[in-house]
Amino acid sequence: MVRLEDRRELLDAAGIARVLRRIASAILERNGGPDGLVLMGIRTGGVPLSQRLARLIAEAEGPAPALGKIDITLYRDDVFSGLPRPKVGPTELPGPIAGRKIVLVDDVLYTGRTVRAALDALMDFGRPRAVELAVLVDRGGRELPIQPDYTGLQVQTGRDETVKVELVETHGQDRVVLRRRLEDASAPPAGGREDR
Amino acid sequence: MAFPHRHLLGMADLSPQDITQILDLADTFLEISTRPIKKVPTLRGRTVINLFLEPSTRTRTSFEIAAKRLSADTINLSGSTASTVKGETLLDTARNLQAMAPDVVVLRHSASGAAHLIAAHIDAAVINAGDGMHEHPTQALLDLATIRRHKGDMARLRVGICGDIAHSRVARSDLIGLTLMGAEVHLVAPRTMMPPGIETLCRPPGRVHLHDALDEVLPLVDVMMMLRLQSERQSAGLFPNLREYSRTFGLGPARAARLRPDAIIMHPGPLHRGVEIDPAVADGPRSVILEQVTYGVAVRMALLYLLGGGTVEA
Repeated sequence: MVRLEDRRELLDAAGIARVLRRIASAILERNGGPDGLVLMGIRTGGVPLSQRLARLIAEAEGPAPALGKIDITLYRDDVFSGLPRPKVGPTELPGPIAGRKIVLVDDVLYTGRTVRAALDALMDFGRPRAVELAVLVDRGGRELPIQPDYTGLQVQTGRDETVKVELVETHGQDRVVLRRRLEDASAPPAGGREDR
Repeated sequence: MAFPHRHLLGMADLSPQDITQILDLADTFLEISTRPIKKVPTLRGRTVINLFLEPSTRTRTSFEIAAKRLSADTINLSGSTASTVKGETLLDTARNLQAMAPDVVVLRHSASGAAHLIAAHIDAAVINAGDGMHEHPTQALLDLATIRRHKGDMARLRVGICGDIAHSRVARSDLIGLTLMGAEVHLVAPRTMMPPGIETLCRPPGRVHLHDALDEVLPLVDVMMMLRLQSERQSAGLFPNLREYSRTFGLGPARAARLRPDAIIMHPGPLHRGVEIDPAVADGPRSVILEQVTYGVAVRMALLYLLGGGTVEA
């Protein structure tokens, strides 16, 4: 077991609320309103964030966008890398996605491999008109040419660090913490399963 | 989520936690079969050999579909095309297959213990798709998945299994799996078809009850499972004739009416209509026989996912 040490709080509850409001209005501005939008949370961290964004969009401008959840486990490039098999969860779509505008939502963007898998998974359900990416934290360290369209917070982190997003829905409180591994020897290489 | 097995040879090797893990995964995989593109790339580049040295339509097709929906390459070898008909031993066949480096070998064989034998000699993961009168674990798992969907928690559930228990690997695997999950099993068979010592398969002991009359079991059970009667058993003198068997151990509309209103009716197939089960019952509203087949694909996808990734190399 890798022990982690809290280094600093990147966002508190007010900070998370603030950046989500900013992302929600940027999504509205860029898409000219909520019509035809689908917010697709990447399981599991992106799901509560997509629901909050949908609520914020509905409060700001009429109807809430459609919501979906996407599980990327079966599309991972490291599914058989020797670690225990990751748990597979359900994918839930709000109907056909062909021709619609999708915003993928995740909590932390790191190597980009999760987003690559999510794009492949999405395309197997149809051909969306466009796909955008919204993330709460972009921690750098990309291994694939993938960039977010909406970023809550940008922070450069090292390989021995992790970014932990805690939300009321799953952890009982809202905060984002930067942590550092204490035993460096057992740290998996970047792009491993612990890619947060 | 670690699955602590390299092969699936029998229900007897599994713990309740293993079974729950497989069933949870199967529930997730059900959804893939409802998509417009019924395929995910997970097992791309992996090879699954279906070695079926005994006739089978449903199980072989089910394994093939499961492997294809996970993007594995599948090769089917059946009794008539395999070189076993040219006198090759099972072990030689297995070694030759191993030399072609498959990731999973699914074996159906008429000899009990065949899957164990090849598992000890090859590197690929072995899934037992039925070995003689021993076990048929994937059938038991799809039965458990179907039962769980309809009845929820299996603890203290009462399940009746009626038919040729002695020759049925399905009955053995179901008995082990159901009792492991906390259910109580009521076995019904003519005395000539009830194997002595069957209750020792029950784990923990004491959750199995033996009967020689179907009528006394009907009002008790939440699930009634009918087994196929192989007509060739008649020549062995195990029962007088099909009509007599059907009258005593067949599930017709009158008997089905004596089941509890919420009881479900199951059958592992192939159906012997009019013998162990009446068409009106098999096609009736309480029958979940085709759901069992649907779950068969999902359960086999779950197993291929858990076992098909090769050995740990981190």
